[in-house]
Amino acid sequence: MNINTEIAKTYIISNKKLTAVAAAGVVLGMSIYIFMNSMLVGFDKSSSASIFKTTSHIRVYKDDEISKVLVKNSKENYLIINPKIVPSNNTIINPKLISETILKQPEVTVVTPQVSVNVFYNNGKSQISGLAIGIKPEEANVMYNIKSFMAEGNFDLLKSNPNGIIIGSGIAEKMNAKIGDNINLTSSKSVIKTYKVVGIFKTNNSKVDKSNSYVNLASSQQLLKEGASYITDINVNIVDPEKAKAIAEKISNITGYKAEGWKEANESAMAANKMRKMIITFVSLTILLVAGFGIYNILNMTVSQKINDIAILKAMGFKGKDVIRIFVTQAVTIGIMGVIGGMIMATVLITFLKKVYVGGDIGYFPIDYEPTKYLQGVVIGLVITFFAGYIPAKKAAKVDPVTIFRK
Amino acid sequence: MRQTILKTENIDKYFYDPIEFQVLKNISFEVQKGEFLSMVGKSGSGKSTLLYVLSTMDTEYKGNLFIDNELMTGLSTDKLAAIRNEKIGFVFQFHYLLSEFTCLKNVMIPAIKLGKYSEKEIEEKAYEKLKILGLEDQALKPANKLSGGQQQRVAIARALINDPLLIMGDEPTGNLDSKNTNIVFDIFQELTQNYGQTIIAVTHDDDFAKKSDRIIEMKDGLII
Repeated sequence: MNINTEIAKTYIISNKKLTAVAAAGVVLGMSIYIFMNSMLVGFDKSSSASIFKTTSHIRVYKDDEISKVLVKNSKENYLIINPKIVPSNNTIINPKLISETILKQPEVTVVTPQVSVNVFYNNGKSQISGLAIGIKPEEANVMYNIKSFMAEGNFDLLKSNPNGIIIGSGIAEKMNAKIGDNINLTSSKSVIKTYKVVGIFKTNNSKVDKSNSYVNLASSQQLLKEGASYITDINVNIVDPEKAKAIAEKISNITGYKAEGWKEANESAMAANKMRKMIITFVSLTILLVAGFGIYNILNMTVSQKINDIAILKAMGFKGKDVIRIFVTQAVTIGIMGVIGGMIMATVLITFLKKVYVGGDIGYFPIDYEPTKYLQGVVIGLVITFFAGYIPAKKAAKVDPVTIFRK
Repeated sequence: MRQTILKTENIDKYFYDPIEFQVLKNISFEVQKGEFLSMVGKSGSGKSTLLYVLSTMDTEYKGNLFIDNELMTGLSTDKLAAIRNEKIGFVFQFHYLLSEFTCLKNVMIPAIKLGKYSEKEIEEKAYEKLKILGLEDQALKPANKLSGGQQQRVAIARALINDPLLIMGDEPTGNLDSKNTNIVFDIFQELTQNYGQTIIAVTHDDDFAKKSDRIIEMKDGLII
């Protein structure tokens, strides 16, 4: 063993109490850091999972445009004094070609057309307003994984039954509709159609459960008195949802239609996530930093206590580098003990919290062992302990032995 | 043939705090191998300051210092540390042992730092040095469990471990009673006579100085 390491080891062992206190500080800081950040990842995952039940990564649709001058290169932007948004037909022209074009993009996994229709659900005297979503059942299931939140009935029956409907659990409750019952849908175009309930879904998002239903694409077009080429939205899923914004821009450029990523479509949820992330990151880093101060303090004390040792070591031929190594080794050893302890404690905390049932939309507490957060914690923890040791070590290295001996 | 171990040429040193003050004035002298030299003088005469300049630990001086015919002046602190490790042993008024280590380990540390021998050989050498000082039975005790005289002898063993060219002592008997002072003096004398060891010691113990081979007396920064 190197003599520097040996001296560091002896200092650690002979000062067991101080070492234990410093290490305990790191254990606490470390475990809270890993724990809080794993919790953050869990929150983000559960919040995006609940968003993705009803939202695709990217939505392509025709945006309303403000009326523009027909003559190109005119000086004025608007010939019309008071230009208005013209609610033109909001269909996507040639949706098939556009779907195929989008599907050719390398990052894209699923593309499916969709028609949303504002409707009234009628069953006897009860009436509820809501949104009927026309889908291609198979593709939509791949996109939203609807089967995973089916409460009753069989999703596959939607395919075989052109007048089938899958309604949210809230609608079913309010209208007392069961599997096999018939309900009427009235659209804004005054079309009334009778559907047979083939399934009931429950997303745990009560707004969605109380208003949304899924029907076949063709029958949704009938509700709007439109033909088979009438498509309002093309939904796109991609490999990495985090890249939605960039890919949406690309799709927008290729197709000429407005493409919107899920983060832009859910800005308030994203803002809340961001705030949570900032607070948790700040708090957990502060706790780790405080643990670093603990090490710094204890090393500073050791340096003052051992100033005679440092002086004689330097007289006997130890270089400044050697002295730094002695104290940094001591700090990093404490750091490593703390980091290992912290990882164990974080694992225990997470294991415990995973079993806590919070209910509602979430179920069990959304936390998991996040290897990246463990790694992050270890790296940050070791960097902090290194510097917490390096600063007092640097001071020790500067000790002038002559001034000590002459006292 | 006489061999020069240490030589100084026109060493001047100033203190600037609190006011400019010349502590060493044009010091030039030589030390031969096997000499037991003591430096005496009143406090403030500059003898300790001179010793620390000779020790290479104090580098802020004018003039030239040669150890083993090699110019020390202007070398980097790391180089000087390596030279001290190999060529100079130190004994101070206080023992400066590392209290958490055994006596044996304390003696071994400079040799392990030098890295010239294996750990086992160093241990044997350390035992040998402790034996010279009559401490072999205390070898495995922690350094802070020994009496003052014993601790000072361990410190001397530590100074000897790398077979240095030169041993420097700053009041090596300053904290010892007369019995232990005699023991330490006898050890120094034995080292110079039987082992050819060169020793430079600062002292204000006149009896101690009188028994040494050569006395350098200092006054107001000059050798008289």
